[in-house]
Amino acid sequence: MTRDGPIRLLAADGAVVEDQRHSLPPAESLLAHYRTMVLGRRLNELAGALVRQGRLAVYPSSRGQEACQVVAAGALRPGDWLFPTYRDSVAAAARGVDAVEVLTLLAGDWHCGYDPLRHRVAPQATPLATQLPHAVGVAHAARLKGEDTVVMALCGDGATSEGDFHEALNFAAVLRAPVVFLVQNNKYAISVPLARQSVAPSLADKGVGYGMPGVLVDGNDAAALSVVLQEAVERAAAGAGPTLVEADTYRLEAHTNADDAARYRADAEVSEWQPRDPLIRLRAHLRAEGVLDDRADAEIAEAAEAEAERVRTALAADSPVDPAELFAHVHARPTPDVAAQAALLQAELAAQEEIR
Amino acid sequence: MAGALNTALRDAMTADDSVVVFGEDVGPLGGVFRVTDGLTATFGEQRCFDTPLAEAGIAGLAIGMAMNGLRPVVEMQFDAFAYPAFEQITSHLAKMANRTRGRVRLPVVVRVPYAGGIGGVEHHCDSSEAYYAHTPGLTVVAPSSNADAYGLLRAAIEHPDPVIFLEPKKHYFSAEQVDTTREVPPIGRAVVRRPGADATLIAYGPSVPVALGAAEMAAAEGRDLGVVDLRSIVPFDDATVLAEVRRTGRAVVVAEAPGFASVASEIAARVAEGCFHHLEAPVRRVTGFDVPYPPPKLERHYLPGAERVLDTVDELQWDHR
Ligand SMILES: Cc1ncc(C[n+]2csc(CCOP(=O)(O)OP(=O)(O)O)c2C)c(N)n1
Repeated sequence: MTRDGPIRLLAADGAVVEDQRHSLPPAESLLAHYRTMVLGRRLNELAGALVRQGRLAVYPSSRGQEACQVVAAGALRPGDWLFPTYRDSVAAAARGVDAVEVLTLLAGDWHCGYDPLRHRVAPQATPLATQLPHAVGVAHAARLKGEDTVVMALCGDGATSEGDFHEALNFAAVLRAPVVFLVQNNKYAISVPLARQSVAPSLADKGVGYGMPGVLVDGNDAAALSVVLQEAVERAAAGAGPTLVEADTYRLEAHTNADDAARYRADAEVSEWQPRDPLIRLRAHLRAEGVLDDRADAEIAEAAEAEAERVRTALAADSPVDPAELFAHVHARPTPDVAAQAALLQAELAAQEEIR
Repeated sequence: MAGALNTALRDAMTADDSVVVFGEDVGPLGGVFRVTDGLTATFGEQRCFDTPLAEAGIAGLAIGMAMNGLRPVVEMQFDAFAYPAFEQITSHLAKMANRTRGRVRLPVVVRVPYAGGIGGVEHHCDSSEAYYAHTPGLTVVAPSSNADAYGLLRAAIEHPDPVIFLEPKKHYFSAEQVDTTREVPPIGRAVVRRPGADATLIAYGPSVPVALGAAEMAAAEGRDLGVVDLRSIVPFDDATVLAEVRRTGRAVVVAEAPGFASVASEIAARVAEGCFHHLEAPVRRVTGFDVPYPPPKLERHYLPGAERVLDTVDELQWDHR
C-alpha cells in the first residue's frame, strides 16, 4: 500500500534514506543513469531551442522527469519493449533510438522516424492511453510464443482517466501479461491538476482494483525508481504478471511550447519543485559517494554537448521530404485509387517544375 | 473565430441557465484554443468545468445531463481525440430520440476543432465529418466565417437534437469582426457566397476560403465562378445548391477530407441527380487524397488548394458549349 508515501532512497540533497526493504543499486549503475540523464536534460533543452528556431513544430518537454525517462528505458533487457508517449522522447533515446529519428515526428518529416520492430520501441503515442492495450498485446503474444519479453508501458496521470487505461490494466492482470505500467504523475494534464482526474488515495492504489501490485515511488529519485522498476520487470519476466508503478514527479515546463502554464499554476509551486530536480539529487549523491569527480562530471557534460551538437546539425540540414511518400505506406499493395492520386500529384509537381 | 465562438457561448449561457459547458482544459485555461476563455470566471464552476480526461465519459455525461433537462455544450480537444467517444456519439447520442419514440431528445452540442492546415502533428488535423454525417440522428454543422460561427453556434445550442459542430481550426485566429445583433442563420440553410455565371464551387468549413480564393483567381482569367457555402452538412440544403448549379451547369465540390465515401461524394451525387438536364459536364470533386493526414512538411501537397480547384475547373468540358 502507498499510505507511507512514495518509496525514496535518496533525499533531495542526495543523502541516503534508510529503507528496510530496499538497498541502493550499485554505484556504477547509478552513474550510468546519471550520464544518460544529463544527456536527456540536454536533449530537452535542445528541443526547446529547436522549436524557437522553427525546426520542430512543437515539443512536450520531460524536464524534471529525466529520472523516469532514463530509468524506465534502463530497466529493460535487450529483447524487451518500450511503449512511450509524446512526452517520452528522452526515454526512446535512452533506449538506444537515435535522437534524430525520435525527433522526426516533431520536425514534421514523418509520423514515426524510427523502426519500432528493430528497436522494440513502439511509435510514440499521441492519443492518450491508446498504446496501453497494444503493450498488453505485445506482452501476451510474447508469452504465447514462449518468449521472455517484458513490456514497459508509459503514460501520464491524466491518461489514467481514459477507458483504454482501465481496459489495458484489466486485460494485463487477467492474462497475467508481463507488463510494467509506469505512470509519470507529473501533476498536470495540460492545465488540469491531478485532483480533477482522480480522488483515489494515489494512482498506485488503483492496482488493488485490478488485482496487481501498485507501487508509489519518488519519480525524481533515480535510485528508488531503479530498484522498483527492476523488481517489476523481474516479476513480469518470472511470469508473476503486471505491476502498476506510479512515479511522483513534476512537469517543470509548460505542457508544450504552445502552452501558457501561468494561466493555471503559480510560479511558487514550480519553485518548490526546482530543488527536487532529479539531476541535482543524483549528482549530489554521486559526488558525496566519490563516484563522480570533477573530471568525470566534465566528461559527461562534454559527451552530452557533443551528442546535442550532432542532433542539432542533423536537424538544421533541410531534410528532403518526398511527396510520393504520402501514398507509399497506406496499403501493402496500393489501391488503384491511391495509385491514381499519386500519379496526379506527380503530374502537378512536374507541371510546377516546368513553370519554374 | 475563437472570439466569435466565445461570445456565442457567453450569450447562450446568459440567455439560458440550462446551458452548461465542459470538457478537457475548458475551465481555468479557457480551452487550448481559448474558445471557453473566462466562462468559468463569469458563470462559475457549475456552468463551465474541466472533466477527467476521457472523451467517452464526456459524451456519456452529456447524454445523461441532457436526459435530465440540461443543454450540454462539450468540447473535444482535437478532431481525432473525439474518436474514443465514437460509441457514445453514434450508438447513444445519435439514436436516443429514435429508440425512445421521440420521448427523449438530446439537445447536446459537441464542438470539434477540426481539419488541418495548421502544421499540426498526427491526430491533430483530421477531417472527420463523414463519420458523423453518415450517422442518422446527428445534425452536422461547419461554419466558414466568424459571423456564421457565432450564429450557427447559437442555433446549435437551441437545436432540439444533437449537433456536431465542426470548427475549422485554421480560422480560429482570424480577427473578422462579428455583428452579434444580426439574425441567427437557421441550421440547414446554405448561402451563396459569390454568385457566378460559369460554374459553381460547393464547399463548407475550411474549404470555403479556398473556393473563394480560386474564384478570385479565375475571375482574373475571365472565368466567373460562384461559391456556395453549405454551412450545414446535415440537414443538407438541396434547394440552394441545386438552384445555383442549374444556373451555371457546372459544379466542383471542394473538401479537405479524403474523397472516398465522403461528404463530397454525397454532394456530387445529389447534384448529379438533381441537375442532370442542366449539366454541361460531369460533377467533379477536389478533395484530400485517400491517405492518412500527412505530417506538417507534406501537408501542402495533400490539401486541396486553389490551384487544384482551377485545374479541375479547366477540365469541365468548356469547348462543348
Ligand atoms: C484521447 C486524447 N484526448 C486528448 C488529448 C489531448 N491531450 C494531449 S496531452 C493531454 C494531457 C495529458 O496529460 P497526462 O496524461 O497527465 O500526460 P502529460 O502530458 O502530463 O505527460 C491532452 C488532454 C490526446 N492527446 N488524446
